[in-house]
Amino acid sequence: MTENTLSRRDFLNIAWGAAGALALVETGGVVLSFFSPRVVEGEFGGVIDAGAADTFAVGSVTPFTQGRFYLVRMPDGGFLALYRKCTHLGCVVPWNPAEGRFVCPCHASAFEIDGQVINPPAPRPLDRFAVTIVDGIVRVDTGTPIQRDRTSPDDLVYAEVAP
Amino acid sequence: MTDELDPRPEDLKQRVWESIQRDELPPRDDRGRMRVVMNNLVLHLHPSKVAKPTLKFTYTWGLGGLSLLLVALLAATGVMLMFVYTPSPATAYQDMLRLQTEVWFGQLIRNLHHWSGNLLVIVAFLHLLRVFFTGGFRAPREFNWILGVGLLLLVVGANFTGYLLPWDQLAYWAVTVGSSLLSYIPLIGEALRNFLLGGPEVGAATLTNFYGLHVAILPLTLMAIVSFHIWRVRKDTLTIPHTLDGKVDGAEGGQIEKVTTLPHLVSREMVFALVMTGVILLWSVWVNAPLEAAANPDHSPNPAKAAWYFMGLQELLLHFHPLFGAIIIPGLGLGALILLPYQRFDLSAEGVWFRSKKGRQMAVVGMITAMIAVPAFVVLDEYVLDLPGMLPSLPTLISNGWLPLAALLLLLIGYYDGIKRLFKASACETRQSVFVLLVTSFIVLTIIGVAFRGEGMALMLPWEVL
Ligand code: FES
Repeated sequence: MTENTLSRRDFLNIAWGAAGALALVETGGVVLSFFSPRVVEGEFGGVIDAGAADTFAVGSVTPFTQGRFYLVRMPDGGFLALYRKCTHLGCVVPWNPAEGRFVCPCHASAFEIDGQVINPPAPRPLDRFAVTIVDGIVRVDTGTPIQRDRTSPDDLVYAEVAP
Repeated sequence: MTDELDPRPEDLKQRVWESIQRDELPPRDDRGRMRVVMNNLVLHLHPSKVAKPTLKFTYTWGLGGLSLLLVALLAATGVMLMFVYTPSPATAYQDMLRLQTEVWFGQLIRNLHHWSGNLLVIVAFLHLLRVFFTGGFRAPREFNWILGVGLLLLVVGANFTGYLLPWDQLAYWAVTVGSSLLSYIPLIGEALRNFLLGGPEVGAATLTNFYGLHVAILPLTLMAIVSFHIWRVRKDTLTIPHTLDGKVDGAEGGQIEKVTTLPHLVSREMVFALVMTGVILLWSVWVNAPLEAAANPDHSPNPAKAAWYFMGLQELLLHFHPLFGAIIIPGLGLGALILLPYQRFDLSAEGVWFRSKKGRQMAVVGMITAMIAVPAFVVLDEYVLDLPGMLPSLPTLISNGWLPLAALLLLLIGYYDGIKRLFKASACETRQSVFVLLVTSFIVLTIIGVAFRGEGMALMLPWEVL
């Protein structure tokens, strides 16, 4: 008999332990998936039709209540969909047209028209949603908010110039 | 074979009664009293005899018992409310209105539930302070202290999940803000919050989740741990209070007088419970639980505040990077709280409020320091200091997180050292003074958040906030 042979008792103990651990993991998996969030099709979380691109004036901010985002058309004509939820603690950030910025009522975070933080405590720019423009129609995918550390010109989407 | 007759009495009524209550009622002597306590399901939570000095009201203030009474009140009124409430965004708020206007005594039952729930948070917290300041946590009771901390967290959790159920603006945004604190936990925070809320925002799924937690999971867990907690109190024996000069209170000739639990302890408990029930009932008759306009996910009120017991945290968030304000600083505090009973303790001070005369003075110093320093820091940070602005090259995680935290910890160490030398105190007394300092700071922050923060969370005087 070599030093590291497993006695029958040890083997059974380990087998019991492993079976028990496996059962726990399985139960945990069942519980977690049972309670995991469900997405309802066709509501917030799906792709939303925002309308024809040329109906949005340059430099305008249009709220979409159902989709919970603002469709921003930047002064250069680029489109951007901003999730209306404050990146600080989740309040709804209203657009303040007089000041030309988003100001959060909860802890006074302020954001530029492109979502850039002007005033903390918000730790990062407003999240955005992916925008696609097909045949002049703007579509916003509200499935996953895209977090970003800083704003970038690459976030903007342009309508193709009509032929 | 002879038929043996059952020796028990013939009379059916008497036989039924004796099958339920085995002992003579009322008991005739001390033996009988002890037996009643031993054989009774509820009273059995008590030992049959208790040391007389532990009965002193100013030793415990009845805070543990009061917590239990509140849990009972909450269970009773909570179950009633379940019959008139449906946890769905379409009906919840309507149900609240119906409860308050159509259901007989609906408003009263809701008030009782609301105020008991809020009072329980306060009383459980005070109970924790009481146990700490009389040294009720020292060996062998360390683990019961930890159970107690767990219970406090459960109480806060139960209150927080209940907060959402009325589905008014207050509820909706307090829960939005409160649950967003979670999303700052590195890596898993976001997933954790989505799991709890059943989606990225507070909505129908959140209401279902919170309802399940509030009426089943949290109360059941609470009941289970409370029983464990009380059982441990009995098993670990009660702390016998000492007097200031280290003598055991009420010990004559080395003997501590013991009295039977029935009636000495039980009657006191009953009187206290009755008085407190009366007080809560009166309060609930006069003061209505708040109900604002129906929840509107499109519009945050200004200011949007978390539940009042999270306002201290929310205040921290205004001064620190969220990772620090929401996670690291509270985490350090909680960790310290859990490790507290494993510190070395001065045994002759058991049951003495604040350990010693010196300990009392040092506690006062800690309290006053916090009452001055915290508002000073808050005002300084609000109007003068702008660390991220002064150090623009550093990420805010450092300039608004590590840096101020390190500065505060250094100040705290300086305080520890300074006051220890000043009073020539023991480590035990000094630690207590630091504990008082931190607890007072937390309370002051909470008060600032609740009463001094108005529109846009700007600092203002309390009468402008309202
Ligand atoms: S939630 Fe917007 S600033 Fe706090």
